[in-house]
Amino acid sequence: MMSDATASDYEQDSQFDDYFTLLKPRVMRLVVFTAAVGLLVAPVGINPVLGFASVMFIALGAGASGALNMWWDADIDAIMKRTAKRPVPDGRISANNALIFGLWLAVISVGMLALTANWFAAGMLAFTIFFYVVIYSMWLKRWTPQNIVIGGAAGAFPPMVGWAVVTGSLSVESVAMFLIIFIWTPPHFWALSLFMNNDYSDAGVPMLTVTHGTRVTRNNILGYTIVLFVLSLFTAFTGIGGPIYLTSALVLNGLFLFGAVELWKRTDDDADGDRYLAERKFFRLSLIYLFATFAAFLGDMILRKFGLLNEWPMVF
Amino acid sequence: MGIKAEHPLHDRRKRSNMLLGLVLLCFVALVFAITVAKMMNGQSMEAFDHTVRYSIDTALQDVLKEDAESMDVEVNK
Repeated sequence: MMSDATASDYEQDSQFDDYFTLLKPRVMRLVVFTAAVGLLVAPVGINPVLGFASVMFIALGAGASGALNMWWDADIDAIMKRTAKRPVPDGRISANNALIFGLWLAVISVGMLALTANWFAAGMLAFTIFFYVVIYSMWLKRWTPQNIVIGGAAGAFPPMVGWAVVTGSLSVESVAMFLIIFIWTPPHFWALSLFMNNDYSDAGVPMLTVTHGTRVTRNNILGYTIVLFVLSLFTAFTGIGGPIYLTSALVLNGLFLFGAVELWKRTDDDADGDRYLAERKFFRLSLIYLFATFAAFLGDMILRKFGLLNEWPMVF
Repeated sequence: MGIKAEHPLHDRRKRSNMLLGLVLLCFVALVFAITVAKMMNGQSMEAFDHTVRYSIDTALQDVLKEDAESMDVEVNK
């Protein structure tokens, strides 16, 4: 019946929640936190209203990247179990609407950040969106197993943008924050791809697990974790380091390295036997690692504000 | 007699519209707060307005300063 068909069409009416999902709120949480830390640990202050607004616009820029990524990747999202229920592959939002929504958010977020903070920070945000959508989503993701290694830069930019909001420039400290996320990203995603391997191979995404197998992936996870350990210790002796960060870096990197060694020792049979328990634990630990590391930067920033870190050795 | 909305679709749309309205209100409030914060920071609100503005024309300020200094010299003579 005509009326039934019409009603059923409207069942697919896009809702506010669907558009909110397009922004990848979970990724956004990480972006908000790391950008806010980058902004707060900068050596000069900023009006709290301008700081808050800047972080909101950086988050909006991240949301724009998410929406544009979901527009471009709708075909592979539909194949992967983890992403099949996203609004575009599920038919709740048309691909065209996701594209328009993402583009408008990108323009608004960059423009508003320029007006609120400065053009340098806005330019960096624009580059971040471009990098995630064009370099990662359109180019690297379907082409090379190094996709998340290089593409990881997109997720590493927010603390640098936060720092640039306040200082209008780059520095050793902001680059160190960038590098921590950049080197942390491969082990984080490769742990996920170990227990989601079928998803990626079904969708034809050349993750390292698909192209080079799980043995190589486990070796690479360990390698990047060692590099991350060294990098984290160097960061302790920059302008954002301090005793809280150094202690947490030792503990967190120790745990992370322990987890990576455990993954490295395991075979696929071991993983199948306990349903990838260690891999799942390592993935969860990686999330805690990043939040705790950036929280430690905040802790030292507070000590520094009270003048308690005047004697801290700054080598870099 | 008005049309009575009975389909759950109308409830869902109402909720979406309310949330969107709330987001837009928050955006307006944020832009207002940014404006107030920028004005309180003492940032210059002046710009070119099709007429000479001594306060923002640094070249003109230099000329006036030189004139004032030369006049001081003349008076002191």
